[in-house]
Amino acid sequence: MNDPVVALADIAKSYRRGGQAVPVLTCLSFTIAAGEFLALMGPSGSGKSTLLNLIAGIDRPDSGRLVVAGQDIGRLAEAELADWRARHVGFIFQFYNLMPVLSARENVELPLLLKNLPVAERRRRAGDALAMVGLADRLEHRPAELSGGQQQRVAIARALIADPTLIVADEPTGDLDRESADDILKLLQRLNAELGKTVIMVTHDPHAAGHAHAIMHLEKGELSGREAVGSGAGGG
Amino acid sequence: MIAALVWRNAFRHKLRTLLTVTGLTVAVLAFGLLSTVVDAWYAGAESASAARLVTRNAISLVFPLPLAYKNKIRAVDGVRDITTSNWFGGVYKEPKNFFPQFAVEAESYLRLYPEYVLDDDERRAFLRDRRGAIVGSRLAATYGFKVGDIVALKGTIFPGPWEFVVRGIYRGGKPNTDVSQMVFHWDYVNETITKRIPRRANQVGVFVVAIDPERAAEVSLAIDKEFKNSAYETLTETEKAFQLGFVSMTEAIVVAIRIVSYLVIAIILAVMANTMAMTVRERTAEYATLKALGFGPGFVAALIFGESLAIAAVGGVLGIAATFPVAQIFGAAMGSLFPVFLVSPETVGLQLLCSLAVGFLAALLPARRAARVNIVEGLRSVG
Ligand SMILES: Nc1ncnc2c1ncn2[C@@H]1O[C@H](COP(=O)(O)OP(=O)(O)OP(=O)(O)O)[C@@H](O)[C@H]1O
Ligand SMILES: [Mg+2]
Repeated sequence: MNDPVVALADIAKSYRRGGQAVPVLTCLSFTIAAGEFLALMGPSGSGKSTLLNLIAGIDRPDSGRLVVAGQDIGRLAEAELADWRARHVGFIFQFYNLMPVLSARENVELPLLLKNLPVAERRRRAGDALAMVGLADRLEHRPAELSGGQQQRVAIARALIADPTLIVADEPTGDLDRESADDILKLLQRLNAELGKTVIMVTHDPHAAGHAHAIMHLEKGELSGREAVGSGAGGG
Repeated sequence: MIAALVWRNAFRHKLRTLLTVTGLTVAVLAFGLLSTVVDAWYAGAESASAARLVTRNAISLVFPLPLAYKNKIRAVDGVRDITTSNWFGGVYKEPKNFFPQFAVEAESYLRLYPEYVLDDDERRAFLRDRRGAIVGSRLAATYGFKVGDIVALKGTIFPGPWEFVVRGIYRGGKPNTDVSQMVFHWDYVNETITKRIPRRANQVGVFVVAIDPERAAEVSLAIDKEFKNSAYETLTETEKAFQLGFVSMTEAIVVAIRIVSYLVIAIILAVMANTMAMTVRERTAEYATLKALGFGPGFVAALIFGESLAIAAVGGVLGIAATFPVAQIFGAAMGSLFPVFLVSPETVGLQLLCSLAVGFLAALLPARRAARVNIVEGLRSVG
């Protein structure tokens, strides 16, 4: 049995809107096991992105305990949290969020600037990561010179490069056609299966969710169900 | 790679950066020209020698001193040499053709002003010819004066028509030597004016006294004491103080020019700050992404400072580079109004400092804003 990589206990989060607190998440508790590939589904506005942001350490809960990758991240100061993210979290965004002025290789290298690595080593690793996502021949292309699917593959290489514990993806295929989306989903499956990364993916698309091991449903900020996909292992 | 990121970001919006750089270049150039104008204003005082005193009538420069004072001053302890100088104020063809003319005691004058460099034969020719004159190289270039030319002046202070023969063209011994003056013999002027207005015989504008610089104060006091309670009391000061006395009459203009030059910089700062603010607002999602990846607020701020300083440095360097040729053209166009029009190292230093200050200050608020961007909100700002 695997230790949980993510453990939430009584997590609540609300946003202020016009001086009034609007609750988004109310008293959430669950765990995600190491090595899992979890899809998070739910209607628009149900709090999926909010939940993912909390787990990824880019937002803070109002209350509750949040342990991710062995760290109670609610207790970390801002700078410690940034360090922690650099070590443990790989981000994949719906709109790729690459630096437009950097080449594919430089974009992938970016997170390594936070590690003390020689330039040659950084370059080599970035090249390897891009080769792994099938872009060995696009190293010097700028994002604008790549298709959406290719850009998302660069983003995946960037998410991988620092060898994080977990990968969070907020609608990674939301802006892609079916074919490119399938490439991305297969890549995420590979990261999960071959590299053992825990993957949490928010999606609207049942087809995309079908690539995960398990699907968790969120409704109005509460967990409304969790099911295993096909023969994939369910989570605790 | 960080440098590449900063540099490429700076030139991401080609047109916007081009306009900003152009603005900076023009502002730095304008600043440089204005501060060179101010320098030119003070050039006379700057080139003044600490080894020379000027003795004038204590009441006002307009009143002369008796020639007889010369020997008395020479006898004062600490005085090494002495010459006389008179502002002539003649008009060459038209009043707008202004240049300084001095009627001097030629031999001693050239001794006291070694920075007026003359060829030996020209020097001899000048000293030999009582109607002879020497002109500065710049003045000669402006009006096309050549050795042997006759220069006719209409007298104002010394009424009547005057004619002088150019016997030499002097060069500046130092870069800031005034080479736009005309110098001729006081003997000749004195003799002629005595015929025309007898009561004005043997009157001298000022005495220029050579001294040991360390004894300036002491010797000045001693000279003035010599003539205390006489019909013509004297005021003796260093040449620099004497020159500054002229400049201070126009101090308000100089102050106005200074203010304008800094206003130009303030305006370009506002433009630049606006550019940076716009840039940072557009890139909110990128900065949020960098922070999500684990980069700290300091890194994000450094990117923005770097970008702003890079743009400012490019504009500043172009502006400084443009200052030299433009100052040369400007100085030539001003003719003898600004006898010395040189871009000083101080001006270049100030230009550089202003550019970097603009780069730094323009980035201050945008960098602060970007460093503090909330990651989640920043990421939501993606189009
Ligand atoms: N910064 C914010 N300020 C105010 N309200 C917010 C903020 N972020 C999220 N919300 C609100 O919180 C709720 C949940 O938002 P969230 O983005 O987590 O939903 P979601 O499930 O990801 O929706 P979608 O599927 O549309 O992406 C929504 O009602 C949203 O309007
Ligand atoms: Mg969302």
